Amino acid sequence: MVEHINSGDFKKEVVDSKTPVIIDFYADWCMPCKMMAPVFEKLSGQYKGKLKFVKINVDENQELASDFNIQGIPALVIAKKGQEVDRIVGYAPEEAIKEKIDSII
Amino acid sequence: MTKLPKNKIGNNHNKSNSKSNLYDIVIIGGGPAGVSAAVYSKRFGLKTLLITREVGDDWAGAHKICNYPGFSEISGKDLAEKFLEHVKSIGVEVLFDEIKGIFKEKEIFEIKTNLKSFLAKKVIFAPGSVRKKLEIKGESELKGRGVSYCANCDAPFFKNKNVVVVGGGNSAISAAILLAEHASKIYLIYRKSEFFRPDKILLNVIKKNQKIETIFNEELAEIIGKSKVEGVLLKNSKKILNVNGVFIEAGGLPDLGIIASLNVKTKDNYILTDENQKTNVEGFFAAGDIIHNEFKQIVVAASQGAIASSQAYRELVQAKGDKDSPLTQY
Repeated sequence: MVEHINSGDFKKEVVDSKTPVIIDFYADWCMPCKMMAPVFEKLSGQYKGKLKFVKINVDENQELASDFNIQGIPALVIAKKGQEVDRIVGYAPEEAIKEKIDSII
Repeated sequence: MTKLPKNKIGNNHNKSNSKSNLYDIVIIGGGPAGVSAAVYSKRFGLKTLLITREVGDDWAGAHKICNYPGFSEISGKDLAEKFLEHVKSIGVEVLFDEIKGIFKEKEIFEIKTNLKSFLAKKVIFAPGSVRKKLEIKGESELKGRGVSYCANCDAPFFKNKNVVVVGGGNSAISAAILLAEHASKIYLIYRKSEFFRPDKILLNVIKKNQKIETIFNEELAEIIGKSKVEGVLLKNSKKILNVNGVFIEAGGLPDLGIIASLNVKTKDNYILTDENQKTNVEGFFAAGDIIHNEFKQIVVAASQGAIASSQAYRELVQAKGDKDSPLTQY
């Protein structure tokens, strides 16, 4: 289950989250983002309860993108209590994302 | 429209072979060559599987494609989506997965992916190429922090900033034109003394655009910055340009690691094929950017995919000894 969040619920969903969070910064114009989407959705099922999966549209949430210094998308940012731990930029295959997640959570 | 045989070969395989993962054709790659091959193979009635990591890769990042018939102007993203819609609409089986290796035993190919293994009588190999990296200091460290390989994805992040585009092909020129809509200054850096490959129509656009400054006979020595790009060091002049973005559009390289065991003949690391897209390995075809061909274009790749499919179909029918096949029409 992947939730779309914005600056309004960022604190509740990311900063105050009991589990680590992986944020998919994306935009509708970005082809690699569209290709990443089904992989992200699939992984959200596999890590249920261990890692929260959320998406942030960079067009609609420029401030959040700027806060995280996003300059390339898709960007998957893994955060604990709202603080970035690591990120993957650009399309990445499922295995590479899993490897990154497993090394962190 | 020519009437095509209905599942002439594919169905027979299904009946005679209990292995449901045996395909007439497995196509590797979801770019124009692979998609075109899949459309033809499906319409030839062959049991077809298209395996791709994604539909569209670097070409799908193209800002505008203006040389594909039927579209006076279309973005790479939109064209890639149309390709995917097309193969899905005619029922091509598509698997999004990474190929780990392709092997051949007797007449049958085995295609191993991350999760599964498939068998095929014919393989059409059209994986495209992988983005060429500059392999300089700062490139991998600052990826996504100012270093980008997709101008179409990332250009809007560089509003009113200075950027560098590296490369001298159509993709580099297109990236510079797109970035001019957002950034305040674009340095287009090319290692040769003039542009040879880009379309004249694109070159005219950059000549007129005052935001774009072309620097010939130059390369990047280093990308400077700690947590984000702050500049680039030029190799020859030793100058530092203060930029926030580096867009690398230096072309692609073929990745032949997954077919190492087949001993496919290559030249300069690109696969050699004949006019029917056949390689030196029987039953193994190649098409698109992976083959040795100077004119790497979407329309060329699409045509090669169709030719490969047609030849594979012809061989499958011949192997079956089907004298009544309409293959002679192709």
